[in-house]
Amino acid sequence: MKQNIIDIAYLISAIMFIYGLKRLQSPATARKGNQLAALGMFVAIVATLFIQEIVTPVQMIIGVVIGAGVGAVLARRVEMTGMPELVAAFNGFGGIASALVAGAEIAKVLSEFRHDPSLVSHLGGVDAVTISLSILIGMVTFTGSFVAFGKLSGKVSGNPISFPGMRVFTVLFMAGAIASIVWMVLHMGDFGAAGLWLNPMVEAGIAIGFAGAVLGILLVIPIGGADMPVVVALLNSYSGLAAAATGFVLNNTALIVSGALVGASGLILTNIMCEAMNRSLFNVLIGGFGGDSGGGPSGATSTEGLTVNSTTSDDVAILLSYANKVIFVPGYGMAVAQAQHAVRELAEELAKKDVEVKFAVHPVAGRMPGHMNVLLAEANVPYDQLFEMDEINGEFETTDVAVVIGANDVVNPAARHDKSSPIYGMPILNVDHAATSIVLKRSMRPGYAGIDNELFYNSNNQMLFGDAKDSISAVTNEVKAL
Amino acid sequence: MLTNLIVFILASIIGSEVISKVPATLHTPLMSGSNAVSGITIVGALVVAGMVGDKWAMYIGMGAVIVATINVVGGFLVTDRMLQMFKKKA
Repeated sequence: MKQNIIDIAYLISAIMFIYGLKRLQSPATARKGNQLAALGMFVAIVATLFIQEIVTPVQMIIGVVIGAGVGAVLARRVEMTGMPELVAAFNGFGGIASALVAGAEIAKVLSEFRHDPSLVSHLGGVDAVTISLSILIGMVTFTGSFVAFGKLSGKVSGNPISFPGMRVFTVLFMAGAIASIVWMVLHMGDFGAAGLWLNPMVEAGIAIGFAGAVLGILLVIPIGGADMPVVVALLNSYSGLAAAATGFVLNNTALIVSGALVGASGLILTNIMCEAMNRSLFNVLIGGFGGDSGGGPSGATSTEGLTVNSTTSDDVAILLSYANKVIFVPGYGMAVAQAQHAVRELAEELAKKDVEVKFAVHPVAGRMPGHMNVLLAEANVPYDQLFEMDEINGEFETTDVAVVIGANDVVNPAARHDKSSPIYGMPILNVDHAATSIVLKRSMRPGYAGIDNELFYNSNNQMLFGDAKDSISAVTNEVKAL
Repeated sequence: MLTNLIVFILASIIGSEVISKVPATLHTPLMSGSNAVSGITIVGALVVAGMVGDKWAMYIGMGAVIVATINVVGGFLVTDRMLQMFKKKA
């Protein structure tokens, strides 16, 4: 009876998760959706804590209080620019939690066996596989996420790291993980040795955990900073799969359903990110593309002998004020320069002058899927002014001025026609189709992909050099004065 | 086992249907929110750690409870913080 009540509670939480995620389909209902999902989680936890026969409720509640405290502090303190790191870290915590639960399950099985040897008969190879996978995926997610965290927060170099024989190393550890799983399957229910540490199940569990930890690191270190959004999305998917695997271990529907939802979500986002960069997932995982720093030509003239038009804030102000339609194209450089608020102020001033203002957001603008939208929302840009690439790309033809702030590769027309370009085939924002384009840039340094941008040399393009925030503020003041 | 697999596959299909309609604007909150949902592992941690009375299962499980709660509470709070910033044009 009790078990039925708990199962019904889990079903209710699963339904709340699904409807919560469904409400994320519109910004208007999204906040309610998140709260609904949180409520679902509350139902699941309360049902487990109070209806299940928990032998050590005090310790469990202490654990929850500590975790809640740490989580709340992290969530409050994080800057919106630091969101990718935080999500990566949370993924990692989710991963290690799954691995630990599977580990605790092994300890539980052993303990039950000590009390009553006849209980072991219900364990089989399937249990061994699910426990193994839960540990393996959990540990890969854990270490992979924390390497991603290090790269995103700048604590580890964003450059791809690889060493001779790395592939062989990876294959060896994969083989080791598989061998350990087989070992676990063969020795499931083999409790010959008395102590906890001499038990083959424990040894196999530790070996799988270790192999997973190494594989997680090897998975993420060869991947460059520019590809981190894909990796974070993929690890998000893994954290879901880890939870689902734990659900298989415990025969717990709530875990399986939630894990499947998150796994699907991460996979969809991974796919979207890959498409936005025109790269296959395999190609991203092989790594080596895009680092922290790119040297390259500087100054107003490129090595090709083409020249760029340089402009001033006064001219830009005039151009913008008398335009009918202006599209802003923000990139991560805008966030680095902390220019979001200045840009929003400029957009408001232009709107007062009856200029139609829109924002075009490329899927890979920012450091994680949808990051740029959050940064603009934080700066109070209304979400109905934000447009996705496919929605807005046709509108550049009828746009008077397109203003590119801290974006580079996502507006490089070479992606459309230059087959030799590393970004060839990547969908871009058609900024070059606007009557005039203005690019705000600190210098002529190339973007993440380390390549020169054709757009800068177009005759209808003008460069406004300098710090994005200062430049935008100067333009805004001029616009106000006009 | 088979029942678990059926549940997993059906939930994956529902998940794909629901999530593929989430606009790009909300992809970051989607990630942090779904991440919080994956913290459901906390339920597993409570079950394993709290029900047996074995000290090893308790210690390991309590570790799992702590990290899973960080994931759950942090994930939902930060998602809420982001979503409250999304406003329509006044």
